[in-house]
Parts: sequence; C-alpha cells; structure tokens
Amino acid sequence: MKNTIKVAATLSVAGVLALTGCGGDSDASGGDGTTLNLVGYSVLEQANKGVIAAFQDTDAGKDVEFKQSYGASGDQSRAVVAGAKADEVHLSLEPDVTRLVDEGLVAEDWKDNDTNGNCTSSVVVFVVAKGNPKGIDSWDDLVQPGVGIVTPNPASSGSAKWNLLAAYGAAKDADGSDEAAEEYMKEFFGNVAALPDSGRDATTAFTSGTGDVLLSYENEAILARQSGQDFDYVIPDETLLIENPCALVDGHADAAEDFMAFQKSEEGQKLYAETGYRPLVDVGDLEVDGANDPSDPYPAPGTLLTIDDNFDGWADANTKYFDENDGILTKIQAEAGQ
Amino acid sequence: MATATASVAGGRPARVRRPASRHSLTKGPALGLGVLMVWFSLLVLIPLAAVIATAGEDGWGVFKDALTNEQTLNALKLTVFSSIGVTALNIVMGTIIAWVLVRDRFPGKALLDLVIDIPFAMPTIVAGLVLLSLYGPESPLGIEVNNTRKAVFLALAFVTVPFVVRTVQPVLEEMETDVEDAAASLGASRATTFRRVILPTLTPAIFAGATLSFARAISEYGSLVLLSGNLPNRTEVASVRVYSAIEGGNQQSAAAVATILLLVALVAIIVFDVIQRRLARRG
Repeated sequence: MKNTIKVAATLSVAGVLALTGCGGDSDASGGDGTTLNLVGYSVLEQANKGVIAAFQDTDAGKDVEFKQSYGASGDQSRAVVAGAKADEVHLSLEPDVTRLVDEGLVAEDWKDNDTNGNCTSSVVVFVVAKGNPKGIDSWDDLVQPGVGIVTPNPASSGSAKWNLLAAYGAAKDADGSDEAAEEYMKEFFGNVAALPDSGRDATTAFTSGTGDVLLSYENEAILARQSGQDFDYVIPDETLLIENPCALVDGHADAAEDFMAFQKSEEGQKLYAETGYRPLVDVGDLEVDGANDPSDPYPAPGTLLTIDDNFDGWADANTKYFDENDGILTKIQAEAGQ
Repeated sequence: MATATASVAGGRPARVRRPASRHSLTKGPALGLGVLMVWFSLLVLIPLAAVIATAGEDGWGVFKDALTNEQTLNALKLTVFSSIGVTALNIVMGTIIAWVLVRDRFPGKALLDLVIDIPFAMPTIVAGLVLLSLYGPESPLGIEVNNTRKAVFLALAFVTVPFVVRTVQPVLEEMETDVEDAAASLGASRATTFRRVILPTLTPAIFAGATLSFARAISEYGSLVLLSGNLPNRTEVASVRVYSAIEGGNQQSAAAVATILLLVALVAIIVFDVIQRRLARRG
C-alpha cells in the first residue's frame, strides 16, 4: 500500500506537476523516504520539473520526494520568515535571501561556495514583436520618441530591479558618469508604457499589445518561446548578469544538500540550460529550442555587467537605487509620472 | 471568550438595573453572542487591530509620511475618487438593471440574471485579462484605454456591477404593485409615484449595495494591475502602494496606508447610512 502511494507520488512529481506545492504525499515518518520542501520563485516551476526528475534517478535522490511551492520571490521569502516549511530556497535575487539570513534562518556563510550562492543565472534582454518592427537593438533605442517600454514595477516585483539596474548600468558604462545614467533613466521612465506588478503580468500585458519592448530575462524569453509564444528577443551589447541565489534553510534534511549539489552540477546546469538559464559551469555542447540560435544559445554579450562589480553588491545597490523614499531610481520613477 | 459570554449572561448580578435585566441573555442567545464574538474577533477584529497596531508602532510619523508622500497621496486620491464615481454610476445603473430584471419580461432574462454575478464571481486576475483583451491595444471594439485613468474606472465598474443589482432586486420582487396602482388612482404621475412611493422603499437596499460597491472598489487590486499599468502618480491605486511597501520591507508604511483606506471605508459607510436615513425619512 505504502509503495503504491510512493509510486503515485513519484509519478506525480515526475509527471504533470500542477500549480503549487503538489509534491507527493508527505510521509516523512516513512523511514526510507525523505520529503524536501522546496520554495522557489515562479519561473523555476517549469525548469525544476526536469531537474527534480533527473535527481530522483540518481542514487542520492531515489527516495526523495518533493513538496514544491512557487510564487513571487519576495512573497516566498516573506512566507519562509512567517514559518512556511522550507529545506531549500531558490529565489530571484539576493536581498530575498538576505532577509532570511537576518532572521537567522539561513547561515551567514551561505555564499561561501563555488557558485557564490547561486543556482541559476541569466541576462537582461529586450523582448520585441516578431521581426522587431521598431528595430530595437540597443539601450539607446529604448529612449527614442514613440517607443513604449513595459517592465515590471520595481516597487512590487523585486526581480524588476534587475531590469532597471541593467538600464542604468548600460548608460553609465557608455558615458562613465552617474549623472548621465540618471538623465538616461529619466528618459527611460518617460517612455514607460506600463509597470505591471509582476514579470508574468508584464509578459501578459506585452503579448496583449502593450508597448513595443518588454524588459525581461533571457531564460523567460526562451521558455516562453518554447511554450509557443511568438516574439523575438534581443540580447543588448551591454547587459547585466542575473544571478538567482539558492540557500539551505536551518534544520534542512540532509537530502537538501545532495539536491543543491545536483542543481549546481554539470548535469543539473545542463537541464536548467535547456529551459533557458545560462549555465554556471561548462556543460559542453547544447541545443536549446527557443533560443535565437539553438546551437549557440548563449552568446557572450559585449559587456556583461555584474551586481558585484558594477553596483557594489545587492546590499548597497538596494538602498542606493531602490530605497522607498531616497532611492535614485525610486525618485526618478516617481518624478516621471508628474 | 466563553467567560466573557458568561459574564454577559449572568455576571455582575448586584449591579444589574431593572431595564438591563430585561435585556440579559438567556442561555441560547448568550451562546449565540459568544459564537458571534469569537468568530468575528478571529476573522475581523483581531486582524484589523493588528494592522492598526503595526501602523501605530512608531507613532503618527508614519501616517504623516504616507500622506506627504506625493505618490501615495495621488494613489489614495485616485482610488477614492474613482470609487466614488463608480459607486454613483452603480447606484443609477444597478437600480435600472434590477428594475428591468424584476419588472420586465424579455427573452434571455434568466440568462442575464445569471450573468450579472460573473464579474464578482470570477478571480480578479481573470477579470483583468478579460478587460485587457476588451479595452487593451488589441481591442475588438476599438476602445483602447489601458494604462490610463479610464482603465481604473472601467475595471472598478466591472467588478462592482452586481452589488446594487443584487441588493435592490429582492426588495423590488417583494414590492406589491398595488401601492403603485393606488398612488396612480389618487392622481399621482408615474414620476411622482416613483419618487414618493418606490424610491423610499428601495433606498435602504440601494445604499446597502452602494456601500458594498464602494468598499470593494477602494480595495481592488487584481483586476486593475494588468489594465492600469501602475504608472506612479497617474494610474497607480492605493492597494498597489500597500503591496509596494510590503515588498520594500516597510510594514509600518503598508499598515498606515491600509489604515487610511480603512478609515475611508468607515467614513463612507457612515455617510451612506446618514444619506440613506435622510432620504428614507423624506419619503
């Protein structure tokens, strides 16, 4: 009987994973089986299907069952603070893990490893209508008259901060000064057509015809194209490396360590790469459907900005640019509406 | 809470004055009141108190900050004024729809009666999607209002349609047409009959619906976020500001805006009640 349950649970994990938290039966007291609570940000839901199934085919993962929960990165992080069960968190940006460190739920040294605490990475890209009718290829093209920009609202969607920092960083990189970058951002916000509350809503608004360019992540663009969305994406010459942190939560099951190691392994990264994420380690030859060039899916951009090198890390950047009252970008954004 | 009930039921016998003792509860109603208080406290009073307490944690400064932040203030203004407009629209349209549904006979009436509830029943994000496809850039009607204040108004009007209809409808159904006939036989014109006979009977129902509709409108989030574009100072509503404050890790500020919305709702309930009583008395 218990075996039937386990088989059913494993099948349900490997097969069609419905919306949220649908890992199989929680039978932690069963002895041989461990249940891992995985708390992730929304886009991972698709990508993790393959990774989890592959992990369960390995020796370390064969008796491990998963309970998964996906949602907006900030909401997920706050849920864990509020007591949601989690063995591993895999979120969109570092401040959402820092919140857990501050609460004593994640070890201070969570970044001391080969991938600097990250499980997946991507870059900021422009999503444009099929055939790129407005010829949008560079950050300068975004601030031309008549171009409507759609990007999620940085105030409600933490992950939107990546997009705005990419814009700011590219402008600063081109000119060298913060003043020039701020000027650029004023023009940028002047062209913003909509600031939907989440990345998903932004994509919906864009595909329903709002604006001419959607700021998004390469992995989301590729995943959407894999699921049949009919748009193009452009990797600008200067762009920002998006790093999605993952961390083990205090009191986690031992299997969580094995799973995280698998996520970061060549095999795990290759699976993530197939759903659009730039691999953190060399994974050899890849063929990625939905990429601009499936046989060379992840071309290196001219200049790859990083949060650590160009913005002094998230702790500083979050306050400097996004503070609720005094953040540079918060202020520019508020002024643009007047 | 059970002990509180007991003290309501049988406590303080020494000080009970005669008129009060007439009101003292017997076991059945006392149990009822107890259940009500526990239920109501758990669901409403305690969470509300928690929100207000969070807002007040650092004194009044946080309210001042919220009200002096131009973006928040604009969001609050937009929310309140749009809600007032939508409620006024609902008072008129809702009453007309209810009238048509009760008094007129036409094919498809039963279907229309069913459909009225849909804007309320569907998940708000679905409502947002529907509205975006109808009034967005790819509108089949050629109406493109997304990312404007009109979009906010439209979305609010959409989700609040059923409230006045559903409160007025049963009252109209119960109303005997004899009274109208009597008024007419006494020489009252149709307009006078409507104003002096029908409207006073409907007023409490209309305003009950209006209160619900206003309360729903000031708190709306899901159906708006897709269509309004959340542009600061232009189309951003108060509930988006609350969410932004939470995402920004500023619980107090979120609670302050929430408390302000709560006060607005409370004031609205009182104002509607006063107007309703005045109107009912005049009739």
